Amino acid sequence: MNFEELLPILAQSTGETLQMVAMATLLTAVFGLPLGVLLVTADRGGLTPAPAFKAVLGAVVNIGRSLPFIVLMVAVIPFTRLVTGTTIGTVAAVVPLTLGAVPFFARLVETALRGVDREVVEAAQAMGARRLAIVGKVLLPESLPGLVAGLTVTIVALIGYSAMAGAIGGGGLGDLAVRYGYQRFDTGVMIITVVLLIVIVQFVQSLGDLVARRLDKK
Amino acid sequence: MIELRQLRKVYANGVVALDGVDLSVREGEILGVLGRSGAGKSTLLRCVNLLERPTSGTVTVDGRELSALGRGELRAARQRIGMIHQHFALLSSRTVAGNAAFPLEIAGVPRDQRAARVRELLELVGLADKAAAVPAQLSGGQKQRVGIARALAAGPSVLLSDEATSALDPATTQSILALLRRLNTELGLTILLITHEMQVVKSICDSVAIMSDGRIEEAGRITDLIATPGAALTREIFPLPEPAPPGTVTVTFAGQADEPVMSSLVRKFDVDVNVLGGSLEELRGAPVGRLRVRIEGKGAADALGYLTGLGLLVEVA
Ligand SMILES: Nc1ncnc2c1ncn2[C@@H]1O[C@H](COP(=O)(O)OP(=O)(O)OP(=O)(O)O)[C@@H](O)[C@H]1O
Ligand SMILES: [Mg+2]
Repeated sequence: MNFEELLPILAQSTGETLQMVAMATLLTAVFGLPLGVLLVTADRGGLTPAPAFKAVLGAVVNIGRSLPFIVLMVAVIPFTRLVTGTTIGTVAAVVPLTLGAVPFFARLVETALRGVDREVVEAAQAMGARRLAIVGKVLLPESLPGLVAGLTVTIVALIGYSAMAGAIGGGGLGDLAVRYGYQRFDTGVMIITVVLLIVIVQFVQSLGDLVARRLDKK
Repeated sequence: MIELRQLRKVYANGVVALDGVDLSVREGEILGVLGRSGAGKSTLLRCVNLLERPTSGTVTVDGRELSALGRGELRAARQRIGMIHQHFALLSSRTVAGNAAFPLEIAGVPRDQRAARVRELLELVGLADKAAAVPAQLSGGQKQRVGIARALAAGPSVLLSDEATSALDPATTQSILALLRRLNTELGLTILLITHEMQVVKSICDSVAIMSDGRIEEAGRITDLIATPGAALTREIFPLPEPAPPGTVTVTFAGQADEPVMSSLVRKFDVDVNVLGGSLEELRGAPVGRLRVRIEGKGAADALGYLTGLGLLVEVA
């Protein structure tokens, strides 16, 4: 295949990858952040102690974390159909991507929040702050650099997952690599997609590092 | 202002941190709690604003029994109790002004009023020029000033302090203590502080409570305790070999320390005074001393009577 034929296909695949990752990232943040907060506040001695709830939540998160993505993707096909009405295409791929990334990100959020000095949380309690204010004005702002770093790692993981999702009909660069590079033995296409994925990952990681560093006032 | 009654705290692991503590802190005074590590000082302080729930007993601050309040009422009551911390506990992501504004946000003070109040507070603690700095850019003493500004933001009547100067060098400690003393006199702020440094007690406290093993061993005004025979505080402030050897006399002076008492004793009663040890300290600026002597000679008994008559505390071993 010559370059002129390849270019629009590459552009489309890159667009699909970015779309999948962007949508999945947004949803992961929306669901993963509160989940991570709950993992911390539900601790015995946390802001809203609920040890039994926390144990269940932790177990669910661990199950989500231990399933290989490829298995998860297949396992949630009925759910994907329920949510999106289809099981192939970019939008359908967002469902397993999100389900795979939420537990991962939630653990990273948990770790970041645990890094907040206990004395600072207590100081806020001593001032008469509501629990919601402690989460919103202390825990989250104080751990923001860690949260950004966690989100960056999550996006990078999502880019990797998205290539896998692509292979079973999600589109994107992974799909391209498999269709042309593997099935048609077109090594050139394979190399180009790999390089593109590397560039995207590098860009995301550098940007994330930069933002996290800017936010860190310590 | 602060009344603790029969306070007991047993931690989940069975440690009895408070074992029936009764303590009153009078309005407008600075009371220092002294005691060895593990005596229960921090537990005591944390029970005052109920960061730690006492197992039994009552906590009353400014006429309200906090231990009987519901969650919402307790939050409101806590806004009237300032607290400063050993490691400052500032929000590292906020500026100095943002930290001072924090309790005001919690109390729902509108933004424009917050700004004016924050300016006033930073002025008060001498940090007006650091409003835009973040805590990481400040020295320890400056951080504690921010902590103090924050603690005062909502206009509390009481300030709690757990080892607030322990992380600071001696000179910075003195400047923070001077600030606390000034706030005490200018704002009428009642201060309950925990310390393991005798220097803190000597320079700013009106009263003291000595704790050991979860109990208050001794509590009262420093001037009263100094005048009480056998007070543990006196032994802490003026360390002399204890128990006193037989035949010695230990004299504690308050105020009269600048008078030549001993030399007039020698002249008047024709006795020999052999000084075995002693020291002179300043308590809130006033000289107080303790001297251990052996008085020998025919007039020894009369000499002791003379010393007692002067209003000195005379302890004969
Ligand atoms: N959260 C806790 N759980 C169990 N035991 C505790 C807890 N906090 C304190 N203790 C124990 O209670 C006792 C009193 O502790 P506390 O911190 O009040 O002492 P302290 O006088 O402040 O000591 P220090 O001078 O070292 O700060 C100690 O034996 C301590 O080990
Ligand atoms: Mg302590």
